[in-house]
Amino acid sequence: MKQETVRISIIGFGYVGSGVAEVIRRKREAIARKHGIDLKIVGIADLKGVIADEQGVSEEAIRALKAGEKQGDMTSLDIIRDVAHEVMVETTPTNVETGEPGLTHIITALESGRHVVTSNKGPIALEYQKLMELAAKHGKEIKFEAAVGGAMPIISLVRENLAGNGVMSIKGILNGTCNYILTRMAEEDLPYEHVLKEAQEIGIAETDPSKDIEGVDTAVKLVILANSIFGMNATYNDVKVVGISEITPDALKLANDAGYVIKLIGDVDSDGRLEVAPRLVPKDDPLNVGGTLNVATIKTDLAGEITVIGKGAGPIEAASAILSDIIGIYS
Amino acid sequence: MEDRSYFYLPPPITTINKKVITMKVSMSIELKDIPGQLVHALQPISNLGGNIRSVQHQRDKKTPSGRIPLQLVLEIEERSLNILVERLKERGVNVVRIGEERLKDSMVVLLIGHIVHSDLRETIDSIDSTGFAEVVELSLSMPGVDMTSSASVTLSAIGKEELKDALDILEATAEKKGIMVISSI
Ligand SMILES: NC(=O)c1ccc[n+]([C@@H]2O[C@H](COP(=O)([O-])OP(=O)(O)OC[C@H]3O[C@@H](n4cnc5c(N)ncnc54)[C@H](OP(=O)(O)O)[C@@H]3O)[C@@H](O)[C@H]2O)c1
Repeated sequence: MKQETVRISIIGFGYVGSGVAEVIRRKREAIARKHGIDLKIVGIADLKGVIADEQGVSEEAIRALKAGEKQGDMTSLDIIRDVAHEVMVETTPTNVETGEPGLTHIITALESGRHVVTSNKGPIALEYQKLMELAAKHGKEIKFEAAVGGAMPIISLVRENLAGNGVMSIKGILNGTCNYILTRMAEEDLPYEHVLKEAQEIGIAETDPSKDIEGVDTAVKLVILANSIFGMNATYNDVKVVGISEITPDALKLANDAGYVIKLIGDVDSDGRLEVAPRLVPKDDPLNVGGTLNVATIKTDLAGEITVIGKGAGPIEAASAILSDIIGIYS
Repeated sequence: MEDRSYFYLPPPITTINKKVITMKVSMSIELKDIPGQLVHALQPISNLGGNIRSVQHQRDKKTPSGRIPLQLVLEIEERSLNILVERLKERGVNVVRIGEERLKDSMVVLLIGHIVHSDLRETIDSIDSTGFAEVVELSLSMPGVDMTSSASVTLSAIGKEELKDALDILEATAEKKGIMVISSI
């Protein structure tokens, strides 16, 4: 098979960024064999420093970067602009107010002729149209499967596997933290504060859990789906958002008695409805998944309802979506 | 002191089943072809506390016996329906067909907040008085004074549209009172 070398930069080297390096290391040979592309990481940038090597960065250099040994004077933008490569992987923290630093990274990459693959929700939710236009202008692709459901494929499922279908609605659980909290509260009959504390202790909820439990994270993902699948031009402010902090064990019990569970559901449809709210889900509905799982039911005109369930978070899971996006650009 | 959340005790749950049932009925009747018959036929309905939702009257259409056919849709308490039919017959009105418009669509809705009995009563009444929907079951969980209560409400209506209207009424009332509504997907 003819081999094409695909050079990659990873901007933002935290959980997900390192996950991407890890899966590329593990899968490089298999991908070369199966897809005819040789993935080579030529640059990595992080707040601690940057490394670049056109032959491919070494394991030692990666370890040194992680250990915080400063690696020279280049910046993230220098890597994106000046190191020759094909795909920029953007995995810096999500900022839903400004989109930065991801937005600048992505714009710079497209203008420098790089494809972009990202797990960062901020830039995609804030500037979807602008970024798509910029990508088209430079003949490049921008992919962001990891930003919505982690490992769970939604965007490529709709665009590729369900091509030709009209999509009427997408409903689902897009935040693993909320799902964990509601599942535990219902199963163990425990109050909200108690379960939240527990979730923080085991690393499922962040120290500041507000973005998750107030529904902001779900809403941002919904905006990405609205824009990328329904062709809307929505922003976060268009979403009606209610979080889960008011849910009581009593309410969960009443729901249970009536044959339901309560889940934080994101709901977008072709009429422009954009809503995040706790909803009653019949116990036998495919949307009733427990723990930290994510799930989405896609309602289409030809295929009917399709439901996907998967892990919404986790570095390797997010890296899986990023890897598939990279391969997708070349197939 | 230990965290009191470890000692969470389930509160009692009360269930209220309502007895007065209003039904929506469609009726085909035939009137004598003389002036004043329409008013004459509709009077017993309001006398019995019923509501007339629609009257279809085709003047040019007559039965072989020369009577005027009429289609009515009305809401009336279940127990008054038989009395109504009797009164219509007494007035010389032929009742050809009676069909109940059943409350065939239902949904469960959860309420969370500082729910007061009077608020609930008001909400139930506002839905029941529509004639096309009603609250058929209600479970209430009130853990104590100053604590958040929850209720599960089962709404029934004669059709999907009407059910949606009933939910809108419930949501509007709840919003005014600062009560959270959790609807089903
Ligand atoms: N974790 C998941 O399971 C998951 C799943 C789906 C999507 N995501 C999204 O993926 C992104 C990364 O998540 P994560 O969990 O990997 O976060 P993380 O561990 O905090 O990693 C973010 C990395 O970006 C670096 N960074 C910050 N500002 C930068 C800048 N201006 N230039 C270069 N690097 C910069 C940080 O450097 P320092 O360490 O030096 O601060 C850190 O290494 C986020 O947008 C997140 O929302 C995460």
